[in-house]
Amino acid sequence: MPTTYTAPLRDLKFVIHEFLDLAPYSELPAFSEASPDIIDAILEEGGKLCEQVLHPINMSGDEEGCSWNNHEVTTPKGFREAYQTYVEGGWSGLTSDPEYGGQGLPHLVGLCMSEMISAANTSFGMYPGLSHGAWAAIHNHGSQEQKDKYLPKLTSGEWTGTMNLTEPHCGTDLGLIRTKAEPQDDGSYRISGTKIWISAGEHDMAENIIHLVLARIPGAPEGTKGISLFIVPKYMVNDDGSPGERNGVRCESIEKKMGIKASATCEMGFDKATGFLVGEENKGLRCMFTMMNAARLGTGIQALGVGSVAYQNAVAFAHERLQMRALNGPQYPDKPADPIMVHPDVRRMLMTCRAFVEGARALALYTGLQLDLEHMHPDQAVREKAGDWVALMTPIIKAYFTDMGSETANLAMQVFGGSGYIRETGVEQFVRDVRITQIYEGTNGVQALDLVGRKLPSKGGETLNAFIEPVKAFIDEHQGDSDMAEFVEPLSEAFDGLQQTIHWLFGKMMEDREEAGAASSDFLRLFALVAMGYVWARQAAIAHARLKDNSGEQGFYESKLATARFFMTRMLPDSAGLMQRIRAGAGPVMGLDAEAF
Amino acid sequence: MKLMVSVKRVVDYNVRIQVKPDGSGVVTDGVKMSMNPFDEIAMEEALRIKEAGNAEEIIAVTIGEQKAQEQLRTALAMGADRAIHVEVDEDIQPLTAARVLKALADKEQPGMVLLGKQAIDDDQGQTGQMLAALWDRPQATFASKVDLDGQKAKVTREVDAGLETIEVDLPAVVTTDLRLNEPRYVKLPDIMKAKKKPIDTTSLADLGVEAAPGLKVTNTAPPPERQGGKKVESVDELVSELKNRGLI
Repeated sequence: MPTTYTAPLRDLKFVIHEFLDLAPYSELPAFSEASPDIIDAILEEGGKLCEQVLHPINMSGDEEGCSWNNHEVTTPKGFREAYQTYVEGGWSGLTSDPEYGGQGLPHLVGLCMSEMISAANTSFGMYPGLSHGAWAAIHNHGSQEQKDKYLPKLTSGEWTGTMNLTEPHCGTDLGLIRTKAEPQDDGSYRISGTKIWISAGEHDMAENIIHLVLARIPGAPEGTKGISLFIVPKYMVNDDGSPGERNGVRCESIEKKMGIKASATCEMGFDKATGFLVGEENKGLRCMFTMMNAARLGTGIQALGVGSVAYQNAVAFAHERLQMRALNGPQYPDKPADPIMVHPDVRRMLMTCRAFVEGARALALYTGLQLDLEHMHPDQAVREKAGDWVALMTPIIKAYFTDMGSETANLAMQVFGGSGYIRETGVEQFVRDVRITQIYEGTNGVQALDLVGRKLPSKGGETLNAFIEPVKAFIDEHQGDSDMAEFVEPLSEAFDGLQQTIHWLFGKMMEDREEAGAASSDFLRLFALVAMGYVWARQAAIAHARLKDNSGEQGFYESKLATARFFMTRMLPDSAGLMQRIRAGAGPVMGLDAEAF
Repeated sequence: MKLMVSVKRVVDYNVRIQVKPDGSGVVTDGVKMSMNPFDEIAMEEALRIKEAGNAEEIIAVTIGEQKAQEQLRTALAMGADRAIHVEVDEDIQPLTAARVLKALADKEQPGMVLLGKQAIDDDQGQTGQMLAALWDRPQATFASKVDLDGQKAKVTREVDAGLETIEVDLPAVVTTDLRLNEPRYVKLPDIMKAKKKPIDTTSLADLGVEAAPGLKVTNTAPPPERQGGKKVESVDELVSELKNRGLI
């Protein structure tokens, strides 16, 4: 039986219309068009596309994979047509600047669509996802001429884009880049070198591919300060915008890999390809970083999407699969056995998945809103606060969501038992597809270092306040509210623990940077749990209010409360163990000599 | 020529219907609602007729609660030019719907009224036929192909015996069947544009229509749960099984 996907419209609408309060922002440019009914219509039609066009080719795309022949890549059956439908529907320009043909809608709405696309078909989502990264780099750093030349067709999706960073000898450490960019008399550059693991580097879905390439100009400073960013189109672009001569870049091979098999992961060879400098010389990494932050959030959302679809399928299986009897006696005596849904351990797994998915959705969309505010709010102070929240949450969302997305997919497979381990049910594909999210766009270890080493001390601790202040205010507001005590008390306790740990960590870091490194991953998880606790407590407060004013849908709000309760009692308590681990320090981690391994 | 398409707000076809415990109806609280799929096909057909240059304007009509405007917005996003919302809070019976559409047809003078052959909520399948009678115009029901030829339409119908092709004079009522077409996916920019298209709101009283309280729902119940089947090896075994169960 193939997997199914149902767009989580009710929950998305809950988060957007009830959890986030968009009313104060209706005057902002992106939000003025995005009235609640428009957002709902977009989610519904977008969800339909994901359910009916993208999901049906998810398993077949995995089975068939991409194929390489003489430097050309063929995507699996149905992908070209699905991409065509996606482009014709205008989905490619959802959040893009209207000046270049986009719809200019809030990032928040873009994140909802990203979640649904990734859930329906993670591989497919790579192609538009990478295009958007390239779009953003040109939009933020390109010259007017470059914007006019490339953005309209990247916005429409007629062309796709890529990000070329990694080389065979350098992944995380981009200072080691060797790809060369030689200046030409006409102002262009000749790009030569090899890039690997380039998603969507070559495919058959669009008439042109715009590569964004990091390379070094001869004589540039060593390391990251000597790297520049270039546009290298697959086909040179004629003055009328049509694709012209073939440029000197080609796909040398594609990788065989564990998951996202319908996404072409390419080795790209640049042989004196014509490139055009984006921004200033030697400032390429900074240009790339704006893309990378968005890509890191996007990666967290991908994992959330996979977690969501894995959970849905595990629930369906748990209802259908009859096996053994409920521990306190048969619940369906007329059937040969009870559905496995009756078993507490199956429930434990499903509740863990659900509490992650719904909590993560709320945290992601709240962060999406801050991203919008950071970009467009007229008040400088609001922009800055919002930006601090985004900066802080980016590594947390990237690492925690992808770790948990992976765990959720694995738990879903566990619910399926042996039926999940075989190919036919499609659940093992979720496990394979989501695994890369823990690795790419900066491994989760790198995210943890980013949080501890860069974000915590940033602006003398001021960045951190973007999180501390609202959580503190929420706890104070609900002090003494007996309905909310079961949520606020555990949150308050974990929140105090987090603050003490931060204080302790700051002290330790001063003495020894390895202490920060040894604590980083556990610390990120601790921070993530408190952030999730915060959004769960807030969701619980809304559910309580709705149940009190009797506004209908009792079942929905009661489920919210039950899931919040599970998070507070069965997931948040992990924070105690994490704090204990962190305080054990670097000693036990580094205790063995390297030679002893 | 104008085309009028009626669309109904119904529980989405993917939703597993639950009956209210008191048997007064089905649960719609928090349930996903959509345009009746047969009406979506009617809407798609109207768009194709217009795109082929055989119509100038498409008017989408719905009869129902305030929220039914969501389905009109979908119709506008698909490509209808304007919409009419006849606001009614009660459930609408086929005869009332037919009277409303007749009143609107008199007002708008469409060359064709297209509607789904039935709505998937109550499966009545009567509105089109009743409208044709009230309006005193030809009807072509269960259409699986529609060809326009001047003031006539050639319509292939799905009937029990197979396919039947008839010719009707316009204006006419066409009710659409599943295989007529595959409705398009709504485009994002069209969702935005739909917001700016006009929806006129009116009421039964404004239209001078009297509701027809001819039908009363006395009870709603889920279908009895199906018993598992059994395979038999031979005719003899089949006969004895049937006898055992007192069926023959």
